[in-house]
Amino acid sequence: MPDTSAPQLTFVDAVRDGIDVAMQLDPHMVCYGLGADDPKRIFGSMSGLAEKYGNTRVFDAPTSEAAMTGIAIGAALRGVRSVTVHQRLDFFLLAMDQLINNAAKWHFMFGGQRSVPIVIRLILGRGWGQGPTHSQSLHSWFAHVPGLKVVMPTNAADAKGLLMSAIFDPNPVVFMEHRWLHQAVSNVPVGDYRVPLGRAHVLRQGGDITLTAMSFLVPEALRAATMLEGLGIKCDVIDLCTVRPLDWETVSKSILKTGRLLALDSGWLTCSVASEIVALACERHFRSLRCAPRRAGMPDHPEPTSFELTKGLHPSAESIANDVCDMLELPQRFEIAAGSGPHDVPGAWFKGPF
Amino acid sequence: MTAGRPNDPSLKLLYDMLRIRMVEEAIAREYPKGEMRCPVHLSIGQEGAAVGIASALETTDLAVSTHRAHAHYLAKGGDLKRFLAELFGKDAGCSRGRGGSMHLIDLSVGFEGSTAIVGSTLPVGVGLAMGSKIRGEKTVTCIFLGDGAIEEGVFYESANFAVVRNLPVLFACENNSYSVYSPINVRQPKGRKIHELVRAIGLKTSSHDGNDVGGVTAVTRAAVAEIRAGGGPMLLEFATYRWLEHCGPYPDDNLGYRPEAEVAAWKARDPIVVASAQLADHPGFSADVMARWRSEIEAEVDAAFAFARAAAWPAQTTRADFVYA
Ligand SMILES: Cc1ncc(C[n+]2csc(CCOP(=O)(O)OP(=O)(O)O)c2C)c(N)n1
Ligand SMILES: [Mg+2]
Repeated sequence: MPDTSAPQLTFVDAVRDGIDVAMQLDPHMVCYGLGADDPKRIFGSMSGLAEKYGNTRVFDAPTSEAAMTGIAIGAALRGVRSVTVHQRLDFFLLAMDQLINNAAKWHFMFGGQRSVPIVIRLILGRGWGQGPTHSQSLHSWFAHVPGLKVVMPTNAADAKGLLMSAIFDPNPVVFMEHRWLHQAVSNVPVGDYRVPLGRAHVLRQGGDITLTAMSFLVPEALRAATMLEGLGIKCDVIDLCTVRPLDWETVSKSILKTGRLLALDSGWLTCSVASEIVALACERHFRSLRCAPRRAGMPDHPEPTSFELTKGLHPSAESIANDVCDMLELPQRFEIAAGSGPHDVPGAWFKGPF
Repeated sequence: MTAGRPNDPSLKLLYDMLRIRMVEEAIAREYPKGEMRCPVHLSIGQEGAAVGIASALETTDLAVSTHRAHAHYLAKGGDLKRFLAELFGKDAGCSRGRGGSMHLIDLSVGFEGSTAIVGSTLPVGVGLAMGSKIRGEKTVTCIFLGDGAIEEGVFYESANFAVVRNLPVLFACENNSYSVYSPINVRQPKGRKIHELVRAIGLKTSSHDGNDVGGVTAVTRAAVAEIRAGGGPMLLEFATYRWLEHCGPYPDDNLGYRPEAEVAAWKARDPIVVASAQLADHPGFSADVMARWRSEIEAEVDAAFAFARAAAWPAQTTRADFVYA
């Protein structure tokens, strides 16, 4: 339950706070990335840190994603934890070798002698024509790989708590922040606040259907649940928080209760986290399912730039509610309210272009 | 381009810079209306390098570029209307509205594509050059890059291979001293020169003033002739400066990341002003000529914007097109 006496912070300020507290707790920890000490401070998530901890611990980086990731691995082997940051996940793809062949394997391939406690912050873009190479939600790539943990927080408190757990976890953690959630506000406990990795949060209880979601789809799923309540349909809404390791126990309990599953995914559905959840449901709870489980996510093509072509591209509360109605064989359908503003921005605070 | 584009080579360089400047100024002016809904990286201030380099290439020569590609595309002869339609996300856009400002292409003039990931077109350009060589063509490939791309490992891998295979490729590096807000001295060792570093890889290299379009043209012409004759890959480094913010239509010097004196010194060396001054005694050049060009280009730009605005959206039913060939 949210601690309402805790101060209200935006998601992005909560990330900043988490890094700040961790850097106080661990005097060797470093934090770097392209723009880490520039005037915009990675959308504000690094504000004041360079001043507070100095250039040895908080610094700008060359446009060298592969090397800077390997360097984080080496520093971690020497006892220096790090949070590195990339303004888009897409830029980090240059570092896949270091992440997959080194970070994810080191502990295993040297028989458990050394571990790699690094955190890689990846920001997911969406809207304002981010297009094919600035908007990819590739969490399922990372979730595929044993040795990695993959975190996708949806609110400010979890952003801080999960980030702090990630920083002090002995393993490499990919921490994914959706750009559209950066201004989400919630009560964020002060000081050393940790939310355990690998545990899903049940945000809403209902008996009719289980909705699993991550990242920006969690608020959409919650909105869908509210809309569906008007039709007398009650949803379990599960925020996965960590997509690897997956909290199957929590998802499982819910499915056994509702007998229905709609697994939402912010990426493409082929080989997705949603596919994994549906597969597990079919393997383990086949007889408890009251209808075929379903997935909803991005259509199976790259994200185009054109404003027109991105209309209805991402799942929304309305499309989720409609999927649920379809699964329950109800005739009702929802439409996106007229006058709700352009579909390619999260709100007036987002001024584009980046 | 308009009928008024002069034939005289030095007048043409100035005209082309002015045209690109006016196109980008119009983009900056119109952008806040929210019709061009994609990130834009304007080249205002850097036209000297773009125009000088492109003027030394044949139409059949190839080029690839970066996120900051408007000037390269236009200087290579890319279609203006289809360019603007791409920024507006229209079906008539040069990439059919799929790619936006950061993904430009015009195959009719050898502009093979610009992409948004730093360094990602470097090996593609080397591959184009290898393809041309294997096919026995006399084509040169020009790879436009920024100072930031030098920091990516793929630069070294690409340059190395280009030397090993003696490929007909020109690396044209516009060094504007910044990658987003980060000055080069926090990213690369102080005092080390890009052209010196790259020479050690085995390319012929030199460095020049990117705001002197005539000078850029002369050195690029000589380089392209040598590369075409089988002389091997080269890198030319051009010092230049971006006037507006890294991404978007506004100035951002209020942020204080660039010394005021530095900004002022570069603005005083506006490539258009520099070229105009050099043409002071040219019989075909005068304030009147400049004014006539301006009004002609303005009409061309207005018409291109009108075209882009009026153009049709791509149909929703085509959304999944082009995923596979
Ligand atoms: C691999 C990668 N890393 C980071 C970015 C973010 N980014 C976009 S443009 C840019 C600046 C690159 O600087 P430079 O090559 O000098 O080009 P300039 O913007 O100065 O023209 C950066 C870092 C990116 N697009 N791709
Ligand atoms: Mg630069």
